[in-house]
Amino acid sequence: MSDLVEKLQFYLEYPFVRYALIVGTLIALCSSLLGVTLVLKRYSFIGDGLSHVAFGAMAVASVCNLTNDTLIVMPVTLIAAVLLLRSGQSTRINGDAALAMLSVGSLAMGYLILNLFSTSANLSGDVCSTLFGSTSILTLTKTVVYLCIALSILVITVFVLFYNRIFAVTFDENFTRAIGVKADRYNLLIALVIAVIIVLGMNLVGSLLLSALVIFPALSAMRLLNHFKGVVLCSAVLSVCCALAGMLVSILFSTPVGSTIVAADMLVFFVCSIIGRIRR
Amino acid sequence: MAYITAKELSVGYAGTAVAEHLHFEVNQGDYLCIVGENGAGKSTLMKTLLHLIEPLAGDLEYGDGMQRDSIGYLPQLTLVQRDFPASVWEVVLSGNLARCGHRPFYGKQEKHNAKEQMEKLGIWELRGTCYRNLSGGQQQRVLLARALCAATRLLLLDEPVSGLDPRVTAELYQMIQELNHGGITILMVSHDIQAALRYASHILHLGKARQFFGTKDAYLSSDAWRMFAGTGGVLHE
Repeated sequence: MSDLVEKLQFYLEYPFVRYALIVGTLIALCSSLLGVTLVLKRYSFIGDGLSHVAFGAMAVASVCNLTNDTLIVMPVTLIAAVLLLRSGQSTRINGDAALAMLSVGSLAMGYLILNLFSTSANLSGDVCSTLFGSTSILTLTKTVVYLCIALSILVITVFVLFYNRIFAVTFDENFTRAIGVKADRYNLLIALVIAVIIVLGMNLVGSLLLSALVIFPALSAMRLLNHFKGVVLCSAVLSVCCALAGMLVSILFSTPVGSTIVAADMLVFFVCSIIGRIRR
Repeated sequence: MAYITAKELSVGYAGTAVAEHLHFEVNQGDYLCIVGENGAGKSTLMKTLLHLIEPLAGDLEYGDGMQRDSIGYLPQLTLVQRDFPASVWEVVLSGNLARCGHRPFYGKQEKHNAKEQMEKLGIWELRGTCYRNLSGGQQQRVLLARALCAATRLLLLDEPVSGLDPRVTAELYQMIQELNHGGITILMVSHDIQAALRYASHILHLGKARQFFGTKDAYLSSDAWRMFAGTGGVLHE
């Protein structure tokens, strides 16, 4: 045990480990806040689709040799979020099918572009870390850390300020529209915030595992609690704890960060399901 | 001037009219039931009245200080709400959203209003309970309280008793009638023709072949009613 503590202290000496812990915690917090709304609005699929789009954008960015790929990934993901929301509402093209096309398409194109144009010596390593986020959390530059902190604060502020409206739009869109509140505007806001969260979360768990970060804490909290505010707060706490635990375990036992966090989320979900069932 | 006046109104989706040439008027204190077969355009008309969709043709005027957002709406239950973790208090409070304007949070006035409406409908004790754990009748009361938070003059009810057992149905009708006697104008879409004839002051009958708008007594001697009664809408009284 003291071995582990010593090892941990040794790692915490390094600034990149401290950065990783700070950024990871913030990302986990942000992703869980909107997770409840996403699950309840049946928007979980949008998170999944967007993360694949973000992978495609990331591939383009890394081929272009940009120092900060967020500059490309962020706008592309934001635009995709708006488009997906539109396609979900139109009855012309089936929203589901449009989304599947977009997400698989950008995944394939991303890999294709990386294969054709990449100058990197370790291509499969690059792809793997974008998809599963294995090491990228430990290689964050200071700029990215500050960017993550700023965006997290933005997401949290927006969520707190619009909490009541987000609740109303999630619970009953038609009623909210009928009393003269611009529901579409808030749907758009939700989609944009999700896009920001996804771009942030790519660093932590990679694009394939991102939905887990958004959905698991929300579902776990919904097993335990019965009111919206409680569910949101509980999912935030669960998410932060799982992310911290996952990161620490992955540092100590050198497991991949993303999958370890998701494993922790799954564990918590099962525990919560059992508690929820016993209490019922 | 009437709260709502419709002249030559056509409603429908994407250019296809579901109901056409509608004429009716809603005045203060009215209890108007909108009846008709499935597909006659009842729900479409309701959505048009709420400005969720735009009218295809004709005039729809709001008078006497009625704004589109001074209408309280009791929608049918949606799938999402069936497993939604929200307390009764949170649901009712959300009816006050339009009163907040640009403020991000609810103030004292909104909370007081929510409490008042909940006490009026006898659900104040349930405020901490989860919405999804309530019985059907209690859920409707909660949504009614929310609608009353949004508006105190006109309520639009979309099939409020569907899925409720007879005793609870009677209680809900009683409650709506009391609200009506208290001065709130009621507009109700209903399948329940008997209840419509018992409680309503006016009837709007939508149908492909015949349309009718007028008082309940005029309706009972109208062609629309005779056709409706002849094709399944049986009156037991």
